[in-house]
Amino acid sequence: MNKKKELQINSLAAKLRNKSLKMAFKAGKHGAHLGGGLSLVEVFATLYGGVISIDANNPTEENHDRVIVSKGHCVLSYFSVLNEFGFLNDEELASFETNGSMLHGHSTRDVKRGIEFSGGSLGLGLSYAIGVALAGKLNNRSYRVYAIIGDGECNEGIIWEAFMSAAHFNLDNLTVIIDHNKLQYDGDVTKIMNMGNLKAKLNAFGFYTIEVDGHNICQLIEAFQNRISGKPHAIVAHTVKGKGVSFMENKKEWHHAVLSSEQFNLAISEQ
Amino acid sequence: MLTFNSTNFRIWSKLGQRGSFFGIAVFEVVEQFHNVMILTADLAYLSGLERFINKHPDKFLNIGIAEQNMLGISSGLAQEGKIVFATTYASFICMRSCEQLRHYLGYMKSNVKIVGTGAGLAMTFSGNTHYAIEDLAIVRAIPNITILSPADATEAVKVALAAAEFNGPVYIRLTGGLNNPIVYKEDYNFEIGKAITITTEGDITIFATGTMVHNSLEAAKILKEKGMQARVVNIHTIKPIDTDSIDYANECSKLLVSIEEHSTIGGLGGTIAEFLSSQPNHTPLLRLGIADQFRHAGDYNYLLEQNRLLPEQIAQDIEKKYVTLNNREPGTLC
Repeated sequence: MNKKKELQINSLAAKLRNKSLKMAFKAGKHGAHLGGGLSLVEVFATLYGGVISIDANNPTEENHDRVIVSKGHCVLSYFSVLNEFGFLNDEELASFETNGSMLHGHSTRDVKRGIEFSGGSLGLGLSYAIGVALAGKLNNRSYRVYAIIGDGECNEGIIWEAFMSAAHFNLDNLTVIIDHNKLQYDGDVTKIMNMGNLKAKLNAFGFYTIEVDGHNICQLIEAFQNRISGKPHAIVAHTVKGKGVSFMENKKEWHHAVLSSEQFNLAISEQ
Repeated sequence: MLTFNSTNFRIWSKLGQRGSFFGIAVFEVVEQFHNVMILTADLAYLSGLERFINKHPDKFLNIGIAEQNMLGISSGLAQEGKIVFATTYASFICMRSCEQLRHYLGYMKSNVKIVGTGAGLAMTFSGNTHYAIEDLAIVRAIPNITILSPADATEAVKVALAAAEFNGPVYIRLTGGLNNPIVYKEDYNFEIGKAITITTEGDITIFATGTMVHNSLEAAKILKEKGMQARVVNIHTIKPIDTDSIDYANECSKLLVSIEEHSTIGGLGGTIAEFLSSQPNHTPLLRLGIADQFRHAGDYNYLLEQNRLLPEQIAQDIEKKYVTLNNREPGTLC
C-alpha cells in the first residue's frame, strides 16, 4: 500500500481518538462507551479514509457504500468519523448526550447524516445488512455493505441466523467486520461465553475470512481488498478495548465509564 | 385485474383469509406494485405461496426457520425501496421476533408488512404454542405500526392491496381457517382506519374484528328474534382505531360490546375501553374474547365454545348484560 495513504489514515485515526476522548469528557457524569469506541478507531479511519465511496454532499446517492454499525455503542469513534467526513457538523457533534439531541449513546438511523442503521439493541444490524446486501443484488446496485459487529455481540442468536443467510444468498457484496477486542461488559469473552475460533466458525458458515491486527492500517486496507467472488467476506479484527489510553486498555471497567478531568488530561497527553 | 364480485367472494371464502391473501391478492399486489417482495420463515407452501413462487421466483425469499432474521432482512430490503410482506404464524412473528418488530418496524419505521397467519385459535390441535391470543396487545403497544384485521377472505384481499399502497409498517392479522364465513356478499369500500357499520339499527353496538364479525352478525340475528336490536361494526383497523365510530356508538347505545378472537386483555376491547375511559360519560362495555388462561387444545368449534364465542353464546352474554342494564335504577350504584 501507498505509504502516504497509510500516513494519512494514521493521522485520521489520531484525530478520531482525540475527538472520541473529548466527546466522552464532555458527556460528563452521563459517561460514554469508551472501551469499545476506542477499539474501532483504526477500523473506522481505514474504512472511511481508504475504502468506501460515500459523499456527505450526496449521502443518498443510490450506489453509496452502506456502513451498518450494529455495534451501536461505538458512537465515540463512529460519530467522530462522521464529523471528520462532513456528515455531522461540529455543533451536532457537540450536542452528544445532551437533552433531546439526535446523538445519544447509540446511533439512530439518519441517512442524510450518514447513519444507515439504528443501533443499540445488539445483534440487530447484521440481519438488516443482509437485507441491504440482498437489495443491492436485486436492484443491480454497485454498493458494498460493511457491517460492524462486536465479539460480545456474537453471543446473540440472531447474529448466527444472519451469518447462515449471508452465504446462503451468496452475498459477496457484504463485508462483516468483527471488533474482536476480547472483552464484554462482564469481562473476558472466553469466560463469559466462549465462542472459540471466530475465523473457523465464519469459514464454516461459508464466509471468506481474514484475521488482522485491527489497529494496523496496512493490514486493514489489505483485508478490505482481499475478497473472493461468490462468498461473503469477513474480517476478524483483533483489537484492544480502550486502545490508545494506557489506563483503559484491556480493562472491562472502561466499557462504559465517566472520565474525570484528571483522567481526560492524562489520556490526551498520551496521544 | 381482480374482479370484486359475489362469485369470487364465494370462491375466496373457501380458501380462507390466508388462502385469499397469498393465493389471490398477492398477484394483484405485484401487478400494481412492481417492487414487492414476499418473505417467509419456512411456511411458503403452508401459506399457499406455491403459485406465487412459480410465477415470481425473483420476488420471493425463504429465510428458513428464523423469524428474527426474516424481519431484519425485510427491514434492510424495505429501507432500500422494496415493499416487503413477511409472513409466518402470527404467534411466532409477534412473539419470537417481538423485539425485531419493535426495532425494525416501530422504531426504524421500515415499510414492512408482517402477515400473521393462524391468529387467534385457528391452529386448533397444534396447541397453545401456535395460538396468537396476545398479539394485538403486544403489537398495539409499539409506536408506528398500523394493525389490520380482516373480517373475511374478501376483506383479506382488500387489506393486502391497502397495505401495499400504505407507506409504513403494518401488522396484518389473519384469523379463521378454510371456508372462512362470508361477511361481505357484495363489493364495498375499504379504507384503513375507517370502521364499517354493517347493521345500523339498534341500541346495542357490537364492535367486532376478524372472524368474530361474522359471529356477531349471527348473534345479532338471534338477539333480534328476542326483540333486541344490535348494530354490528367491523373494526378492521385496530390501530389507529376509528374513534369517531366509538364516539357515535357511545352516544347512541345503551350497551357496547367488543368481540375478538384474542384475549380480553389489550386487544380490541382494551383499545375501546382505553378510549372510552377518557370520555366524560360512557356507556358500559362488555368485553368478549378469549379467557385469560391457556386451555387445552381442541378443534376450532370446541375452542370457540370454551371461550363463549359461538353466536348463541355471544347472544346469551349480551342479553344477560343488556337485561341487567335495563333493570338498573338510575343512581343505584352511586
